[in-house]
Amino acid sequence: MEAAQIDPFVFRLSIFVLAIFVGYFVVWSVTPALHTPLMSVTNAISSVIVVGALLAVAVEFGADAGDDAAMISKLLGFFALVLASVNIVGGFLVTQRMLGMYKKKESKREDA
Amino acid sequence: MTADLAALAYLASGVLFILALRGLSSPETSRRGNVLGMTGMALAVVVTLYLAGIRDGLTWGMIIAGVSIGGTIGAVIARRIPMTAMPQLVAAFHSLVGMAAVLVAASALYTPEAYGIGIVGSIKVSSLVEMSLGAAIGAVTFTGSVVAFTKLQGLVSGAPVVFPGQHPLNALLGIALVGLIVWLCASESHTAFWALAILAFVIGVLIIIPIGGADMPVVISMLNSYSGWAAAGIGFTLENTALIITGALVGSSGAILSYIMCKGMNRSFFSVILGGFGGETSAAAGGVQAETRPVKQGSAEDAAFILKNAGSVIIVPGYGMAVAQAQHALREMVDALKDNGVRIKYAIHPVAGRMPGHMNVLLAEANVPYDEVFELDDINSEFARTDVAFVIGANDVTNPAAKTDPTSPIYGMPVLDVEKAATVLFVKRSLASGYAGVDNELFFRDNTMMLFSDAKKMVEGIVKAI
Repeated sequence: MEAAQIDPFVFRLSIFVLAIFVGYFVVWSVTPALHTPLMSVTNAISSVIVVGALLAVAVEFGADAGDDAAMISKLLGFFALVLASVNIVGGFLVTQRMLGMYKKKESKREDA
Repeated sequence: MTADLAALAYLASGVLFILALRGLSSPETSRRGNVLGMTGMALAVVVTLYLAGIRDGLTWGMIIAGVSIGGTIGAVIARRIPMTAMPQLVAAFHSLVGMAAVLVAASALYTPEAYGIGIVGSIKVSSLVEMSLGAAIGAVTFTGSVVAFTKLQGLVSGAPVVFPGQHPLNALLGIALVGLIVWLCASESHTAFWALAILAFVIGVLIIIPIGGADMPVVISMLNSYSGWAAAGIGFTLENTALIITGALVGSSGAILSYIMCKGMNRSFFSVILGGFGGETSAAAGGVQAETRPVKQGSAEDAAFILKNAGSVIIVPGYGMAVAQAQHALREMVDALKDNGVRIKYAIHPVAGRMPGHMNVLLAEANVPYDEVFELDDINSEFARTDVAFVIGANDVTNPAAKTDPTSPIYGMPVLDVEKAATVLFVKRSLASGYAGVDNELFFRDNTMMLFSDAKKMVEGIVKAI
């Protein structure tokens, strides 16, 4: 009798479902005062789609798909890379800028 | 072996992203959290570059050019953007994620072997399903966010666009979309893919145009969620754990924020999506009520006198304050009052501003310490024990009609109990109704003094008078 193989998709689905629950609990614990930075940082991390863009740019010529397809893929990947880079750098930096503004009462010696 | 290590590295970056969100539970830990997020991103990029085993100069050139162009644009925007424009910026950023998802999905379709999901003509069906879902959600996110951006930026009117047959049309297009997904999965046709993308672009526009300006906080949160699901769809296609985890995190985060925003306005998510709010309602509700009723008016000097002699003041800022750029002047006023021994707190309604938490950022930018700023639930009981409620640029969120008048469109919405304070000072340009198009009977109460002026001018006047 053959050992039953579990489709790797099932593993990924498990990760996905568990991550939804992790996200649910983690996000409820975010203080409402930081909901705007939460949105900008979730935006920044969702640009991890950049891995797909990099793989697309890195497509090699001479594969089965043909050189035309490879070129299309590279160009699509390039545009995706630009968009994702705007998001990564912009998202993390604007989050950092916002978080830098949150100060406690003690720091009254502001230059404002 | 390498593949296993890479998978572990992707898992590690997923965990770092979780920690980045976890850090946001308090302002002290948030900055470290953000750094962890950046680390996770750097790890994912480095591992991917290593896995791709790039040898040729063209590819390296494209990567360096792409990252430099995008990175520079992103850095300049992040530095320059005024905090009042955060909602637009976030909407614009969502659109980029959506578009990137479409482009990556297309690339996976053209050169599947680079992603290990089969060869052209025989891509695994499961991969095609994931790819089409990722592309469809990504495309909806893209155009939806672009429409939200143009509304928030004021490029188009924030009024809802409704036309007869809108909902049946959307339903029909939705069914057509499912049909195209089935066609794509059965045939791997490139035509099907592009038809699907275009249809999803159209749907993205159609589902956002009927939603009015007042509901924008929900829309932004919802698009946040969509961008996450799109990323997750692509994550399944690429079999990449980091992307799957992130997609799930962002998806649930956006969903929770949408829920919180809906609750803050006492609106069901469904009715927001169906749209039309804030347009014709203003015609229905406004007008009739007596705008000729007498109101008590005051000058900056009167307000300064009342504020100076108060023991405790709660400030209720709304988006009008941000529009007038009055937050810095407001802080000066508060400083002057503190010197006079007045205790000051800020009360923030969940939907003050144009996106979740927007008002908190605006106050933080004006150097207001975050421990003086309170959420509705935490401060509402204090109004009864407070001498003065100073309402600036807010309206609907203070309207007692939400508690007393079942016929009011905002009935049931949680509101700040400002009328319980001994005196209410209301800074407003006129008696005009707010976004929801409802008159505020608070204006006509005995303990209310209206300060008719531009918020910034009025606050500056008060500072001078103190």
